[in-house]
Amino acid sequence: MESLTELFTYILQNLINALQRGSFYAVISIGYSMVYGVLMLFNFAHGDIFMVGTYIGFAIATLFIALFAGFLPGPLIFVATVIVTMFLASWIGVFVEVAGYRPLRSAPRASAAITGLMIGIIFETGILIIVGAQRLKFPALMETVSYNVGGVYFTNVKIMIIVISLLLMLALHGFIQKSKWGMAMRAMSYDFLAVPLMGVSINIIAPLTFAVGAGLASVAGILYGQAYPILDPYMGVLLGWKAFVAAILGGRGSIKGAALAGYLLGFIEIFVATIFPSTLRDLIAYSIIILILTYKPRGFFGMEHSTKLRL
Amino acid sequence: MGTIKKFKNYFSNIPMLGWLLGVFTAVLIEYYWGYDYISYYLGLPKIPALFGALFMLKDPYMIPGVMGYNLIVYIIPILLIAKITTFFTNPTAFILEKMPLWLSVIIHLICFYGILHLWAGINDYRALVVKLTMISIILTISINVINGYQGEFSCSHPGFMAIGAYISSVLTLLFFVDDKIFGAALLPSYLGPWIFPLTLIAGGFAASFGSLIVAIPSFRTRGDYLAIISLAFMFIIKSAIENIQFIGGARGMGGQPDYATLPVIFIWTMLCIWIIHNFVTSIMGKALNAVRDDEAASESMTVKTRKTKMTAFMFGAFWAGIAGGLFAHVLSYINPGTFSLTRLAEILAMVYFGGLNSIVGSIVGAVSISVLGEALRPLELYKWIIIPLILIFVMIFRPYGLISFKEINAKRLLRSKNKKEEGV
Repeated sequence: MESLTELFTYILQNLINALQRGSFYAVISIGYSMVYGVLMLFNFAHGDIFMVGTYIGFAIATLFIALFAGFLPGPLIFVATVIVTMFLASWIGVFVEVAGYRPLRSAPRASAAITGLMIGIIFETGILIIVGAQRLKFPALMETVSYNVGGVYFTNVKIMIIVISLLLMLALHGFIQKSKWGMAMRAMSYDFLAVPLMGVSINIIAPLTFAVGAGLASVAGILYGQAYPILDPYMGVLLGWKAFVAAILGGRGSIKGAALAGYLLGFIEIFVATIFPSTLRDLIAYSIIILILTYKPRGFFGMEHSTKLRL
Repeated sequence: MGTIKKFKNYFSNIPMLGWLLGVFTAVLIEYYWGYDYISYYLGLPKIPALFGALFMLKDPYMIPGVMGYNLIVYIIPILLIAKITTFFTNPTAFILEKMPLWLSVIIHLICFYGILHLWAGINDYRALVVKLTMISIILTISINVINGYQGEFSCSHPGFMAIGAYISSVLTLLFFVDDKIFGAALLPSYLGPWIFPLTLIAGGFAASFGSLIVAIPSFRTRGDYLAIISLAFMFIIKSAIENIQFIGGARGMGGQPDYATLPVIFIWTMLCIWIIHNFVTSIMGKALNAVRDDEAASESMTVKTRKTKMTAFMFGAFWAGIAGGLFAHVLSYINPGTFSLTRLAEILAMVYFGGLNSIVGSIVGAVSISVLGEALRPLELYKWIIIPLILIFVMIFRPYGLISFKEINAKRLLRSKNKKEEGV
């Protein structure tokens, strides 16, 4: 009996960790999925957009704390940081679309992928040149309070990360299902040849998609900065690729699938690391992914129609 | 435009042999007078390694000196000698033309290797750059088999390379080196350079067996899903090597003997070009193109798509494994981090810069990206802005790469240029 409760708290503890990790993957991989839905291309610079978003969030947070820390309540500063960062970071997304993806819309898909990768490298190097090699520390936007409920330890930051990610996803769902812009996006992903004939310009919808994705990624960046405060110009690479894996696993173009697969990836990583030695984490996580894709080649919610890959 | 055309026309009657002779003279000039006279009087500290790019970027005051050096050592002798000697290079080229093609190619290659050996022998840095460039050529051509000819988007090349590198390193360390991990050498060390090709081939075969993990899922899926599977494969290999302690784990593995000398790598590179060229022009190579262009149609035309895909992956992976083995023996140290996303970005950049579906394109891509990467080294971080920008522009203006879907005919390249009107 005693050991059963222990096991239960142990699982619950890891569940919270996995939810937190999965939240980052889910929010970032939604950005990949949305762009795929509209353009049938993956935005390979998305991981680095996340990184740039984190740095923008860092700058804004530092600025706001310096300006308003005395007389504004903490949550208000947090909300203001999130909104301003989202706004600024979405322009990064627009920039990537206009500079890298628009000239290549009719080019082979691999060329667009290479362009995305290269824009990502330019972002990394640019940040490294601007910021220098110093390691920046993300300022804490709220005081960390630890709770202990029946042996399960968690902090308010963890809860906040999970809740805000869920809220963001709900908001995105509403935006896509209810708003006019969202309807245009859905229409575009349904048929990107006929919809422009109906007066919906792809030159507006595509940047909008990139912008929304980048905005989400930047919020994920702020949350990431709260959980792991050390910033690094290459932080977007590994996280971005994993989120990309999640986006594929969920089925390309499916936002629901991307979010679910993001959480699944978080669970796999955390639980593998608790059961096996942590050095085996990547090995087992990726083996599971290969297995899933071998038996379900289109991911969880992938569209059935096959898109022929021109090179 | 007119001047350029006139200029090109003026030099158009020089056969390949003439150019080789010109370059040979230039290298001889550099070898005998480069340090003592030319670079001394131009105020350069030593012979410029890669056409002076390093000096120019470090110190702008050296630009005139470097320009002068390149002019005196390379440009003037090459053009002059090549033009003057046409009276006997053209007849010689004509004699070679009458010989079987393979003989003439081998004679040209031997000449070329002699020049390369002299040029690379001038300093160690140059030799290293030449070696790594040739390894990049093998890698780029082998990934072109999968990504260009077969049309998948495979990201697993660093993984294949890692398998080849580790297997061949383990074999040479086991057999020929008194090592802390594997104990005393099992075979006398003078056999080493002779058995080294076998260890490379073993590494290549191991890599091609590993590639089955990617090839078998590719029966059912392609495109982005396969990209993920291959990416996952790369991470799995990296993570697996990090966890195998007896080959060094994450610390890496060092002490490989120096078997990968310049001639060895040169021979392997030429073999690779020759074999892959034969492969892609064979019926199997045409089947690869058919599967790329339309899988269902090629299946109905009796192309065995599964066998084709498997062959492409195993063949590409084999050469990647060989390249990995050579790489390990050039640097004498490898660790799992070497075969990761950075290497992947580099390989992809090379193949997509040079051009898909073309061996010449791959060679151009590999040479230009590796030499550019070395030449821009003094710029440090800015290098990683310039190279991506160049690639983006290439992708925007030539989406399939610089030289894609084109091959150069060896016979046309090597023939004598006496009769101008004939070859239009």
